[in-house]
Amino acid sequence: MSRAENIALAAASLRKVSAVRAAEIAFWLAALAAFALLPDQALLLSEVTITGLFALSLDLVLGYGGIVSLGHAAFFGAGAYAAGLLTKMGVTDPLLGLALSAAATALLGFVTSFLVLRGSDLTRIMVTLAVAVLLKEIANRIPGITGGADGLQGVAPGPVLGIWEFDIFGQVGFGYSLAVTFVLFLIARRFVVSPFGWSIRAVKENQLRTSAIGIPVSRRLIVVYTLAAAYAGTAGALLAQTTQFVSLDVLEFHRSANLMLMLVIGGTGYLYGGLIGALLFKLVQDAIANITPEYWEFWIGLLLVILVLIGRDRIEAIPRALLRRLRGATP
Amino acid sequence: MLTNLFDGLAYGMLLFVMACGLSVTLGLMNLINLAHGAFAMAGGYVTAVLVNRLGVPFFAALPLAFVASALIGLVLERTLYVHVYRKSHLEQVLFSIGLVFMAMSGVSYLVGSEQQFIKLPAFLANRYEVLGVSIGAYRLLIIGVCGVLALVLQLAVARTRFGAQLRAAVDDPVVARGLGIHVDLVFAATFAVGSGLAGLGGALGAEILGLDPTFPVKYMVYFLIVVAVGGSAGMTGPLVAAVLLGVADVAGKYYAPQFGAFIIYALMIVILLWRPQGLFAKAGGR
Amino acid sequence: MTAALETTNLLRRFGGLVATNDVSMCLARGARHALIGPNGAGKTTLINLLTGVLAPSSGTIRLDGADITTASRSRRVELGLVRTFQINQLFPGFTPLQTVGLAVSRRLGLDRNMWRRIGSDPRVIEGSVDVLERFDLIDVMNRPTATLPYGKQRLLEIAVAIACGPRVLLLDEPAAGVPEGERGEIMDGLAALPADVTVLLIEHDMDLVFRFADRISVLVSGALLLEGTASEVAADPRVRAVYLGDASHG
Repeated sequence: MSRAENIALAAASLRKVSAVRAAEIAFWLAALAAFALLPDQALLLSEVTITGLFALSLDLVLGYGGIVSLGHAAFFGAGAYAAGLLTKMGVTDPLLGLALSAAATALLGFVTSFLVLRGSDLTRIMVTLAVAVLLKEIANRIPGITGGADGLQGVAPGPVLGIWEFDIFGQVGFGYSLAVTFVLFLIARRFVVSPFGWSIRAVKENQLRTSAIGIPVSRRLIVVYTLAAAYAGTAGALLAQTTQFVSLDVLEFHRSANLMLMLVIGGTGYLYGGLIGALLFKLVQDAIANITPEYWEFWIGLLLVILVLIGRDRIEAIPRALLRRLRGATP
Repeated sequence: MLTNLFDGLAYGMLLFVMACGLSVTLGLMNLINLAHGAFAMAGGYVTAVLVNRLGVPFFAALPLAFVASALIGLVLERTLYVHVYRKSHLEQVLFSIGLVFMAMSGVSYLVGSEQQFIKLPAFLANRYEVLGVSIGAYRLLIIGVCGVLALVLQLAVARTRFGAQLRAAVDDPVVARGLGIHVDLVFAATFAVGSGLAGLGGALGAEILGLDPTFPVKYMVYFLIVVAVGGSAGMTGPLVAAVLLGVADVAGKYYAPQFGAFIIYALMIVILLWRPQGLFAKAGGR
Repeated sequence: MTAALETTNLLRRFGGLVATNDVSMCLARGARHALIGPNGAGKTTLINLLTGVLAPSSGTIRLDGADITTASRSRRVELGLVRTFQINQLFPGFTPLQTVGLAVSRRLGLDRNMWRRIGSDPRVIEGSVDVLERFDLIDVMNRPTATLPYGKQRLLEIAVAIACGPRVLLLDEPAAGVPEGERGEIMDGLAALPADVTVLLIEHDMDLVFRFADRISVLVSGALLLEGTASEVAADPRVRAVYLGDASHG
């Protein structure tokens, strides 16, 4: 083949990586339809959306950066407390509160990213876990500021864009969460198919090779960890604003563990995994809780064990195969 | 002050007995097992049920707790864990968290979610004044039992044939296999003994650690600290780490209650950054 | 004329052991230089010192006259000092096109861009296709690397290094594990390198060394035994004793 043909071929296959697929448009149209058609489910869907954004942020760290974190709730919780406290300090504009909370958690992510740069998976797991329990311990010990075990009461954000007041049915909350999640998703999607995003995937694939082609591995990990922290913090802030309450629960170990489960159910490394996983998790959790309200965690645990024993690859292949069939193309 | 030291010592010894199995599984098979605390909990609940409901004497229940947890460990190792040794750390994390969730719900289903109190023999509530130090009989028992166990373990690893096989398997499983050592069996036995010891620790410690279904998560970080700080190269590292942790935790909660467990966690992060292989790891060890 | 790569009294200790002992080498621009030595002579340590994986205990490294002794690994690559690995270090989930494309993006300084899409810059595409064509990887450029046969992966290992735009290229046993019949492709790819690229070849295969290199350095026990043209080295009795002698007597 001629050089020109090869160039055209190469350009086409690289373009395909970032091309928008029909299934993606369908996904977001479905989300929009849920907003329009299911107003009585708004509270639930709002929670799912926020959790989905949170899981998306873990995907950036785990699915792209390859860092196993067991303490991602640290950033979610920090964002939630930041947003809650901001409204109490008089910053009632939701979007401004969101931006400030995101900035605060980005700073926290930046500082703690240096802890996960080196070391084995085990060291990383323990350090991330320790950061999360540390934050929870702090939140627990300063009830004067955080409300301690009683939670942060009286979080009262103003109307969104000065127009829409948060209502008790969660309709505004859902719309607001969905819009923020959509915008952040678009940014993340753009980010992961950029040369910078590819260099982060490269770090996960092979650190030695990545540094041998001249890409500074540590700096890439710092950036993706910081970005993911900001995303997780935004998710936490959304929860604080839409539920108008923050409890120590936002920093719980369960939150980090369940988050990882959702992401793995939905699949890592393609951004939709977190969003789909959060929805599936909620559906499964509700279905089990309907049958056995107190012991649903047993079945979630069983699901995890089976998932690992059968093999994530084989299970992850299912949604991907479906996706492929839907758009009839290769990834 | 000395009383605190004494209490901390008892606490640390308990942590060692519960966590030593984990340090071996991590070192030997490079397995991240976050469910280790569930075996300790199992021992605690076995004892609680035996003593409180069936009227078995406390001292008879302790060995039964060991046996029960060891059996559970053995069965799970042969049926489930054996499949995850070669999987990625992420999958090991997911798998063992799954087990933790199942254990926690299972226990609240079978026994209930409230805290359990084991009826101890009356004389264990005694306190003795020795040179101005107030010494509880119960903590004295813990230190005695755990001290003996630590000594036995140390000798078993250093002196027995099984210990030699275990050390060989830790150093290089491939070579060990080549030498005709049944690495799988060595590991199954080690896993079972480690689980059993965790169970015994859970039984002994139920009184001071508190026993309820959240036990595996509540003490997960502590076990990990013992292993992380102590390294997995031998028994001495985890023992020293566990005692330091116990003393620091008791002292911290007594002298600086406003910080709570903050100091411990912060210290752990610092140590992990400073010596990722553990404070007492041999150079180049894993 | 300044040397492309020059080390002065390079020394590295591991505890009491001297792994690299007072090595001073000088590679002229465009040199085809080989480094040989028996196993354990310290060749890998030397590469690690040159690429910044290890820091020397003393001595200096200069690239085109600039001191890079303390420069970071990525900075050295930026300055044109690139290596390949004895054992393939590739991105198993990437295709050869994506792998080479990333290296080309890096060379053009586009890898920090967070907003452009990959493949949107024609220079990256053209640069990648050039390298892939030269190493006969065009047919497989869209297959995941993990699924490629070993010979192709070996070619890719070298292609990635070339894509970084090296001024000095360190080749660590490029033919390792490649069957005799497939070595031709690797040699062809290397022969087609621009003349101003300096190459340091670390190799066990004497055949390959004598075919490729104009000058040869012999490393024994961490120190340079001698340096000379291929025929000088082949004729030197000390080399026969220390190196080639290993094969004939042992």
